[in-house]
Amino acid sequence: MEKMEYEFSAGQPALGRTVAGVVASGDLEVLLEPGPAGRTTVAVQTSVNGYGGNWKALLERVFGAGTLPAARIEINDNGATPGVVRMRIEQAFEEVTQGGNAP
Amino acid sequence: MSTDIAQLLTRDSFIERSARSRAKALLDEGTMRELAGPFERLHSPWLAMQNLVTQADDGVVVAKGRLDGQPTVVLAIEGAYQGGSMGEIAGAKIAGALELAARDNRRGIPTQAVILFETGGVRLQEANLGLAAIAEIQSAIVDLRRYRPVIGVSAGTVGCYGGMSIAAGLCSYLVMTREARLGLNGPQVIEQEAGVLEFDARQRALIWGLTGGEQRYATGLVDACVADDTAEIRATVVRLFAQGRPEKHRSDQAREYLARLERLDTSAQPSPADVRALYAQGDA
Repeated sequence: MEKMEYEFSAGQPALGRTVAGVVASGDLEVLLEPGPAGRTTVAVQTSVNGYGGNWKALLERVFGAGTLPAARIEINDNGATPGVVRMRIEQAFEEVTQGGNAP
Repeated sequence: MSTDIAQLLTRDSFIERSARSRAKALLDEGTMRELAGPFERLHSPWLAMQNLVTQADDGVVVAKGRLDGQPTVVLAIEGAYQGGSMGEIAGAKIAGALELAARDNRRGIPTQAVILFETGGVRLQEANLGLAAIAEIQSAIVDLRRYRPVIGVSAGTVGCYGGMSIAAGLCSYLVMTREARLGLNGPQVIEQEAGVLEFDARQRALIWGLTGGEQRYATGLVDACVADDTAEIRATVVRLFAQGRPEKHRSDQAREYLARLERLDTSAQPSPADVRALYAQGDA
């Protein structure tokens, strides 16, 4: 198990909070809450060690432009592929935008 | 139960939903409020110490709301996380919610409970703390069912095993799909402990034949065997709540069930049909 933290520039605070996905085999859970304007933090907990470079590259591709709403994101990952990780993050932002799934 | 392709494609599967989505689908639209949810960050401290990735709700969703207008709490176990196993926090969430529901009833609010069993039983990494939590769940079910029915649903595909199968047995009513299984020891545990001649855990037909939802319904150990269809499961739960408390809970008939088991010929592996015949005997 490995823990990593990342920070990116971002837009205005996200409009709500949500959780997407489950810590199932090959899946992950993404918790998304509003963050302070201009800054997104991502805390990753993953079952697979030694893939920090892949996480950094993937998250930079998602958040690098700095245009997504500012959020505090927690990722609990159980060996998901990069494609699944990206989909879950996008799902979380979509749910927050639609204001539907807040637990 | 039709296997018509068009019907398979259009139906709203309950099995494929996550625990949170199942709870939301059961409750009346717009009434669900989650208690001790993921943003409380009740991660299992014991799994973290063993270098395992934790889930922010520890695999249990406590959803308060209304079902057909009645105050209801749904306790949904997430089978995809750690096999739906019961650790200290997951178990405490279920037990605590059931205890609060019983307290509601003593104060004149007829809160009822649905438990979505998707669990292999105790979480081995949390050992005695998980076992203690399961004991608390069982006590709380017995307490709450004095006021309102406690309904257990096992949709699959994990099913319900171990100490939590006893909790399921204590429920006022049980609902299963054909895909779900219900038993004390899982097939692999039996094979490991008693040998492959006793039980071959690779024989799926045997496993479902003896412990699947259809067989459990045929032997009277569950009250409904339903299709994997969200609307049908919800309607069945509503119908069972409307029946009120059963005259006699299944667990109050232990003596009758034991009498049947004593008649079982254990010299040969009983077939599913043998078991149905055995349970059809007697008057219970």
